[in-house]
Amino acid sequence: MRKTSRRRIKKKKRSNFFSEIKSVFSFKSTLLILFIFILPLLDRNAYHIDVLVTAGIFMLLALGLNVIVGSAGILNLGYAALFAIGAYTYALVNIHLHIPFWIGLWVSAFSAAFFGMILAFPAIRLTGDYIAMVTLGTGEIVRIMLNNLDPITGGPNGLLGIEHPTLWIYDFGVHSTPYYFLIFALLILIIFILKRIESSRLGRAWIALREDELAASCMGINPVWAKLSAFGIGGFIAGIAGSIFAAKQGTISPDSFDFVVSVTVLAMIVLGGLGKISGVITGALALSLLPELLRGFDLYRMLLFGLAMIIIMLFRPQGILGEHHQEEFKENLFERKTSQ
Amino acid sequence: MKTEASLSKTPLLRIENVTKRFGGVTAVDGVSFSVDLHKIVGLIGPNGAGKTTLFNCITGLSAPEEGSIYFGDSEILLSRLDCHEIAAAGVARTFQTIRLFKYMSVIENVMVGAHSRTRTGILGSLLRPRWVELEEKKLVSRAHQLLHFFELDQKANEIARNLSYGHQRKLEIARALASQPKLLLLDEPAAGMNPKEKEELLDLIRSIRKNGVTILLIEHDMKVVMPISDYVVVLDYGKKIAEGKPKEIQHNPQVIEAYLGKGIESHA
Repeated sequence: MRKTSRRRIKKKKRSNFFSEIKSVFSFKSTLLILFIFILPLLDRNAYHIDVLVTAGIFMLLALGLNVIVGSAGILNLGYAALFAIGAYTYALVNIHLHIPFWIGLWVSAFSAAFFGMILAFPAIRLTGDYIAMVTLGTGEIVRIMLNNLDPITGGPNGLLGIEHPTLWIYDFGVHSTPYYFLIFALLILIIFILKRIESSRLGRAWIALREDELAASCMGINPVWAKLSAFGIGGFIAGIAGSIFAAKQGTISPDSFDFVVSVTVLAMIVLGGLGKISGVITGALALSLLPELLRGFDLYRMLLFGLAMIIIMLFRPQGILGEHHQEEFKENLFERKTSQ
Repeated sequence: MKTEASLSKTPLLRIENVTKRFGGVTAVDGVSFSVDLHKIVGLIGPNGAGKTTLFNCITGLSAPEEGSIYFGDSEILLSRLDCHEIAAAGVARTFQTIRLFKYMSVIENVMVGAHSRTRTGILGSLLRPRWVELEEKKLVSRAHQLLHFFELDQKANEIARNLSYGHQRKLEIARALASQPKLLLLDEPAAGMNPKEKEELLDLIRSIRKNGVTILLIEHDMKVVMPISDYVVVLDYGKKIAEGKPKEIQHNPQVIEAYLGKGIESHA
């Protein structure tokens, strides 16, 4: 009797697992995933793939920043700092300790998560434009430090000779295609992880905190811990993006991580739809492809790019895939909240 | 070792000499009283008497300058704890102005209420071991029970903001109860309700007490406080001016003066 019940439990557990896998790989998303992985075989244009790799890195960054801004509702203007920490961590452990990419990737992720939490400390008790100032400051501090810590970071010249990843005997090299597969595989993994967190106790705590911090803390949510974990997970993803970026480029310098990167990623998630994974991905894809599609317009490229952003925000203030209420949430985000 | 008798004598909540100032204004001025286990205690007083401020002191939203607040058998000093720790200790509250998580669904609101009674962390939510799935399942079924109790189960998946005012009030209480509190603080739960809804609310509060929850209640409407409270505490200008059984309070000249002003001799 006991045996059968145990077996039943096991069977049930397995069917649960399969049903979850099934729900992740619904017909549409399976088709999408298939398309993503067949694309480089159909499209042999190296430039296209390269653009998509960059878009993929920005999608990762957008997903990470979305945890902080979209889910937990903390405005962050210094996200590029965590991207930089991820990239520099992999570069340093690879150059000095010869740690291979597959391990360095996780080292970077954890190091960026750690620094994400440290940088969060001064910001955590603030809201609205104050938090914008503080995160802007921490972001700049990191970049300036990288620029001036010559003996460690190589200063403005950056770090050279970062190893490309190798898989057994296959060297990823400088071509974009292997990075394309790597990035989209990681993207799928991270979306899976984020979906799981989103639908869990922590995900609900973030949203509660974003809606009403006071009520949330009266419900037993520790706001400091919830915000720190959002920064930690956001940092973790930035670290992954950073290490791939460093491994692909082979060389990194501080100007790849300036304020514009933070703002671009923020624009991506606001434009796509704050707090919504599909929206964030769409926003990142749109804002990384648009400048490339507009290359034909040459001088007017950035002008049209800006115009496109303004038009989207005018007609869909909640973001391309956002829901209506996100408009109000966005107002909250940039507003000075007064505690009662 | 405490005996049964001494256990039942320890009040659930003991407020001692609590003072809270905002700049020059003393919102709560040396208030002391206690709330016994399984009782419904009404906290009344004119506008600005310091009732909500006292609630905020109990739940950790604002720290009292003086005095101490003890809770439970082991006399935990609430004034030393953070808001979320107080919730975990077993104190839940509702708010004077509704503070639901507006864009979460009704059932998610209740599930967030149980935050301190669940323990899934980041790793747990990623790997989803058996205990996490069980915890989630239990949480959902408990949330449904609570919603059923408040007759909100039809609306479980609606966005909280779309509920009617009365339902939102009920949902706030349901959310507070999800944390399985020993003490429930209700801040004007009947505000804005019509007489029929108030009647329903009274029944609800009574059956919450029957389930073993002690209740401290702020209320303006005497028709709500008097029939339901076992004990009433009256504040005026931050000071406690009276406490006692509802009957005694109704005839207390000081209370009548605070509510109606001087010069009125007769009372109902």
